[in-house]
Amino acid sequence: MKSERVAAIAGVAESDLGETPGKTVLQLQAQAAKAALEDAGLTKDDVDAVFTAGNWAWSTTMMLAEYLGIRPRYTDGTNIGGSSFEAHVGHAVAGIRAGLFECALITYGSTQRSDRSRRRPMTGPQLTAQYELPYGLPTPVGAYALAAMRHMHQYGTTSEQLAEIAVATRKWAMMNEKAMMREPITIEDVLTSRWIAEPLHLLDCCLVTDGGGAVVVTSAEKARQIAKRPVWVLGHGETHTHNTIVNMPDLTVTGAVESGRRAFEMAGVRHEELDVVEIYDSFTITVLLTLEALGFCKPGEGGPFVSGQRTAPGGDFPMNTNGGGLSYCHPGMYGIFLLIEAVRQLRGECGSRQVKDAKLALVHGTGGVLSSTATVILGRD
Amino acid sequence: MPQPWPRPEVDSDSRPFWEGLKQGELRIQHCADCGRHIFYPRLLCPHCFSDRIEWVAASGRGSIYSYTVVHRAMGPFADEAPYIVAIVELEEGVRMMTRVVSPRDAVAIGRPVRVVFTQVDDALVLPFFEVTGEG
Ligand SMILES: [Zn+2]
Repeated sequence: MKSERVAAIAGVAESDLGETPGKTVLQLQAQAAKAALEDAGLTKDDVDAVFTAGNWAWSTTMMLAEYLGIRPRYTDGTNIGGSSFEAHVGHAVAGIRAGLFECALITYGSTQRSDRSRRRPMTGPQLTAQYELPYGLPTPVGAYALAAMRHMHQYGTTSEQLAEIAVATRKWAMMNEKAMMREPITIEDVLTSRWIAEPLHLLDCCLVTDGGGAVVVTSAEKARQIAKRPVWVLGHGETHTHNTIVNMPDLTVTGAVESGRRAFEMAGVRHEELDVVEIYDSFTITVLLTLEALGFCKPGEGGPFVSGQRTAPGGDFPMNTNGGGLSYCHPGMYGIFLLIEAVRQLRGECGSRQVKDAKLALVHGTGGVLSSTATVILGRD
Repeated sequence: MPQPWPRPEVDSDSRPFWEGLKQGELRIQHCADCGRHIFYPRLLCPHCFSDRIEWVAASGRGSIYSYTVVHRAMGPFADEAPYIVAIVELEEGVRMMTRVVSPRDAVAIGRPVRVVFTQVDDALVLPFFEVTGEG
């Protein structure tokens, strides 16, 4: 490890998860923010930069900061979908490196599960959406199905191989009391669950839940005052390659090729040095494409790579150790929960699902329809 | 009651495309500087940033780049499932989203397709595609 220690994650927390009727997105973020600051041993008055992502307000950071009573000197509402929070960590490190602020509060909240019953008026598709929406591709699952179908065609990847990911992830969820889905499943269960969009079955798809989370990033100097041991941000990288799925240059290659390469280079670590990886799992195919693009295996070898329950507890590639978006929770933009779990693993706080002596973790978010990626490499002393 | 088909909000980028469909023509753009075709339509060429953009009629032939069979559809499409949505690569080299209206077992990645102008309601024509061979 040769990376310079500029900034650390000092505190993490979830809000209520699952189904949170009566709660608002602001309440969920306030809950998580308070808990994450307490986790860090810091207070609201330490916070001088706010980051959030969502489409619940015209200016999300202004509404949230006002609600929390924070007047930041730096604000960032970057919304690139589920990977926004990994990007926020990168932006926070850059801002701290530039001396612009010392303590960033990154939050997320969603009430999408409770909102589902509410009918939203459908407006006509505008701008570049007009060339896709009229064909009835369900978003986002249909886009991921198109990518999975192409990967199967090009490389012979099978539904059984995708199911390996769902089954292994469920085994981790069984050890996480906060996970929504904790009944064991088999590959057969995945394959016999109903089609959503071929080749993806119901159990290839993430949950639809409410929930929120918060992450506190501080300067190295401020990290000396915090309650727990700091988790250093060793490297980060981000990109987006397209917006809508038709414009993805190659349906089998995600931007993780770029964001991952930059994060590895900055961190100065090698793949085999990592102890645990937390990879965005909106769908099983998301994970498979990401493993290839990050260079854990060659293009087309994702299927064999995940076979034999390699990513399950006890396997040699511990991945998505909280039970993932597939089995733990998935409130729309899941990326913040990847960071929370990686930090807890590196602190040794994960109880029965703890990866023994975890020192180095990779966190990778994917947003939109495989559109944006952001990679963060974390380590402890 | 079924919801209406989502109606594109036509703008000055897209108007020639949507108007062309009503006249049985699949219009895409062509860059007079770098010579590449462009879809969806826009003001500047995304390859070379030229503003010398012209409209041309595509041949309407291409092949299936990927597809999915949609079983769980939402909103106005809910009652239609299952149906096939595809990304088609036109001979001109651009890709577009579409429906493939051929039987399920005729559809595979790489198969040749041709455009079928389809009136989906009283005001909207969409360029669906049908499989024309084994490719
Ligand atoms: Zn050009």
